[in-house]
Amino acid sequence: MKKDKKSVGLSDRASDIVLVVLCTVIMLIIAYPLYYVLVASVSDPYDVYAGKTFLLPSQFTVEGYVRVFQNSDLLRGFFNSVLYTVVGTIYSLVTVYITAYPLSRKDLPGRKWISIFFIITMYFGGGLIPTYLVAKNTGLLGNMWALFLPGGVGMGNVIIVRNFFENNVPHELVEAAQIDGADDFTVFLRVIVPLSRSIMAVIVVFSMVAFWNDWFTALIYLNEAQYPFPLVMRGIVISTEALSKMTSGMSYAEANRIGELVKYASMIVAAAPMLAIYPFVQKYFEQGFMSGAVKG
Amino acid sequence: MQKTSAQAGAKKTALKPHGKTLGRRILESWQLYALLLIPVVITIIYKYVPMYGIQIAFRDYKPSRSFFGSEWVGWDWFERFFTAPNFKRMIVNTVKLSLFGLLWSFPVPILLSLAINQLRFKKYKRVVQTVLYAPHFISIMVVCGMIRIFLSPYGGLINLLIGQQIDFMTVPEAFRTIYIASGIWQDAGWGTIIYLATLSAVDPALYEAAKIDGASMFQRILNIDIPELTPMIILQLIMSASGIMSVGFEKVFLLQTDLNKATSDVIAVYVYEQGILDHAYSYSTAIGLFNTVINIILLIIVNQIAKKTADVSFV
Repeated sequence: MKKDKKSVGLSDRASDIVLVVLCTVIMLIIAYPLYYVLVASVSDPYDVYAGKTFLLPSQFTVEGYVRVFQNSDLLRGFFNSVLYTVVGTIYSLVTVYITAYPLSRKDLPGRKWISIFFIITMYFGGGLIPTYLVAKNTGLLGNMWALFLPGGVGMGNVIIVRNFFENNVPHELVEAAQIDGADDFTVFLRVIVPLSRSIMAVIVVFSMVAFWNDWFTALIYLNEAQYPFPLVMRGIVISTEALSKMTSGMSYAEANRIGELVKYASMIVAAAPMLAIYPFVQKYFEQGFMSGAVKG
Repeated sequence: MQKTSAQAGAKKTALKPHGKTLGRRILESWQLYALLLIPVVITIIYKYVPMYGIQIAFRDYKPSRSFFGSEWVGWDWFERFFTAPNFKRMIVNTVKLSLFGLLWSFPVPILLSLAINQLRFKKYKRVVQTVLYAPHFISIMVVCGMIRIFLSPYGGLINLLIGQQIDFMTVPEAFRTIYIASGIWQDAGWGTIIYLATLSAVDPALYEAAKIDGASMFQRILNIDIPELTPMIILQLIMSASGIMSVGFEKVFLLQTDLNKATSDVIAVYVYEQGILDHAYSYSTAIGLFNTVINIILLIIVNQIAKKTADVSFV
């Protein structure tokens, strides 16, 4: 930066401009579909049909959102999703932490073998049906825990957290606590956990996103009344069963109008919460992935 | 004085646990094992027992019996799969979808990260990254909903833009393009992270030296960035290539219609239909096992090639 004036020649400045233009175009390609859905969710569907909403909403309305939260199936799906996301994130964070900490301790007898025991599950699995049958035989059909337990321990996250413990938690602090007579539980809860807040935030966001967006596990293991929001949404944006149920008794034009509004609005409701949280931990992504990639 | 020597002694034992016998060390680490207890139990039940259960691929599994209590039928289920009416179509569709997907999607994050890495305005760079990561955090359900709505013949964005009324979801020829293009949209940005992390480790002095020598931005990318990235590119390629037989089930499932099955009929969907919908547990397990074995063979082959040609290996 110091010798900008001297070293940045004309060709570099030209390249900078080309780069910025290029990246801006790429950003638009990525962001525009989402922006279009947002605009369409608050516009009159017939204006959307007519192509009047490429840039700004037309005949602004929030009826789509009102309908989404008035619909008992979608509303129940929404609260199911909130519940699964909260419980799933706690489950995930606790299991990842209690696995990662012992594995980060180089003095743990048998550390290598225990690591192999866990890491194998990243590359080999029983597959869909054997896992389904075990879940069924352990009473998980129709049980919320079917969303968490068959996934086991999130090994990708374990490796990220373990490497963080090894590389970013000062070893002297752990030793100092041990000299003061702290046992392993105390070290874990009083030293390791408080010192790893940044990586904890990343794991929380990753887990929240995974559970909020999951629908296939619920499709296999849960009953319709337990379906999370994306799975209820399937009957609206992929097939039309739930939509026809919602708009039964309406005139064709009205059903069509409501249907379109609900489609766009439900997609925003499903996407918005996670889009709102990830930028807060974005700066840790590179660090997390790097430490995860170095040692598998 | 006494206190300090006690402290020193404690420090010594803390630093050198290997001075003790193995049994003593195991006993002293009991709290660490206690932490691992629940994860180990969950992993055994839900990861290792299903692996053991794969043997139902060679048995005629009846739900009333256990994994190993059912009759042994050998390769029957595999033969049934190889002679199934859509066998060839499923294999071809699966391989084409992931192979073309790999060819088109693989280079995109690399090119993006080379461009992003050269951005000198930190705030702008951060904005670019934030926007590019966004689609990764959206549920596949929403992405597929968007695809279907945008491609709808009635007022869908794409049809509006091209002034047509084509029902793309019923066109078999369009399926792969839809699947691959939307996949690039969703995950190319996220894929840059690993490359950007690698590039951020490059010594800035290298760039300075190149600048002094009069190297243009393009030359710096060509002579510094690309060589730095090569091992990571090969590593990523090995990992992707070993997954050729596993296409993203969820997206195919949500984008499949009765009319585009000629190209969208893939093994993973068949496994789901046979196993979960039709309760053909053994048959479905056999197909899944076939898939896994092919993936493992591919991983070994690609790994060997990479080892020989570039001296990089993953396993």
